Amino acid sequence: MCNPSPHRIMVAMVNKPSGVNPPAIQVRGLSKSFGDRLVLRDLDLEVSQGSFLALFGANGAGKTTLLRILSGQARADAGSVMVAGCSLPKHATTVRRRIGVVSHRGLLYDDLTCLENLVFYGRLFSLSDPVAQARQTLQRLALDSHASQRVRTLSHGQQKRLAIARAILHRPVLLLLDEPEAGLDRDSVNLLEGLLKDWTAQGGTVVMTTHDQARGAAWAHRAVVLADGHIHEQDAVQVERRS
Amino acid sequence: MTQFLGTVAVLVWKDLKLEFRSRDILVSVLVFGLLVALLFSFALKPSPGEGARLAPAILWVALAFSGTITVTRTFVREQEQGGLEGLLLTPASRDAIFLGKALTSFLFMLAVEAVLLPAFSALLAAPLLSAGIAVTAVLATLGFATLGTLFSAIAVQTRSREIMLPVLFFPIILPLLIGAVESSAHALSGGGFSRWLPLMGVFDALFLVLCPWAFGAIMEE
Repeated sequence: MCNPSPHRIMVAMVNKPSGVNPPAIQVRGLSKSFGDRLVLRDLDLEVSQGSFLALFGANGAGKTTLLRILSGQARADAGSVMVAGCSLPKHATTVRRRIGVVSHRGLLYDDLTCLENLVFYGRLFSLSDPVAQARQTLQRLALDSHASQRVRTLSHGQQKRLAIARAILHRPVLLLLDEPEAGLDRDSVNLLEGLLKDWTAQGGTVVMTTHDQARGAAWAHRAVVLADGHIHEQDAVQVERRS
Repeated sequence: MTQFLGTVAVLVWKDLKLEFRSRDILVSVLVFGLLVALLFSFALKPSPGEGARLAPAILWVALAFSGTITVTRTFVREQEQGGLEGLLLTPASRDAIFLGKALTSFLFMLAVEAVLLPAFSALLAAPLLSAGIAVTAVLATLGFATLGTLFSAIAVQTRSREIMLPVLFFPIILPLLIGAVESSAHALSGGGFSRWLPLMGVFDALFLVLCPWAFGAIMEE
């Protein structure tokens, strides 16, 4: 099953009270191994629409693997995965249209300008006016003055902001962010915090992995820890103590 | 269909723009090809008759190796900058992504051949500028770029990609290269269009159907 359009999901999220909508993510009995190493074992996870989930875990705990499965980049060995109203991997193309991903890599072309990168991705997402939407997104990330600058000439923090711009360009309903704040200066972190708060306020869903547990707990509605292949629920106080 | 072709065009345009700015594929491939022609010319000092006999083998050895560099570089650039992961995260069909990359390699290889054929013709004293050679070059390049793009996509995901590509790719592309050599020899001997050309066309059609499907399956994980 797959809901018809991201716009209708967004409208439904804004109009319906929390708890009534189907979850943005529903994972049941998910397992994934690499060779002999079982990274995710019989994992269950549910993330409601319009919520912000912080995902903690030690290096190698499987956070990135989980995000790759949720974005349709990797296949689970067992279990069922529903993302943005669609089951994976069956409706992977529709899911890709409804999600935005920020990974460790920028996924940008060094010899294209900021604007050219976003317009390129905008065309692949079949946006009605990719140039206007790219300019608007650059402005949202305070990169409008760098629009005609090639990516290779940007600082690491600016490249990270551009990667975030690429992820939100097509107005996805779900953002999957893998340590998006890593390498950002204080102003950029504040900008990201504001953007993500607006995002969830408008009904969008965010899943963010981070090693900064204090920040994750402060930003998110809910925090969980991925350890031994399972999800462990954490409240804000527990998270603060752990950090 | 319009959306499919639009995606292919967007990908090709992006690769052409990147190449125009970096020039890291065309320059290296052209220098390599010209160097091969120059070395053979000095080593063999062919007379016009000998040139026509030797040229098909020398030409297709040079074009096969320069083509390998081209198809490898187009995917390595995607892999190094994370662009391939970015492409796979878009709703663009895997077929369109594959054909966009294959068409880019095809255009780059044709551009290189447009320079190398007159150079080989002059240096090897062989009449390589004929319709028979041109059709042979287009058919061989189409198959080479299509299959090469698939194997390049596989090889960039392995650690020893420079070794993997020739080991996997050349045994399968060999029939097409033999056809190209035979067809070129036929054209150089004044025979016009060779009987090998339809067979090369069949290989191309086969690759154009099977390779996009295989690419989609490989990119699933």
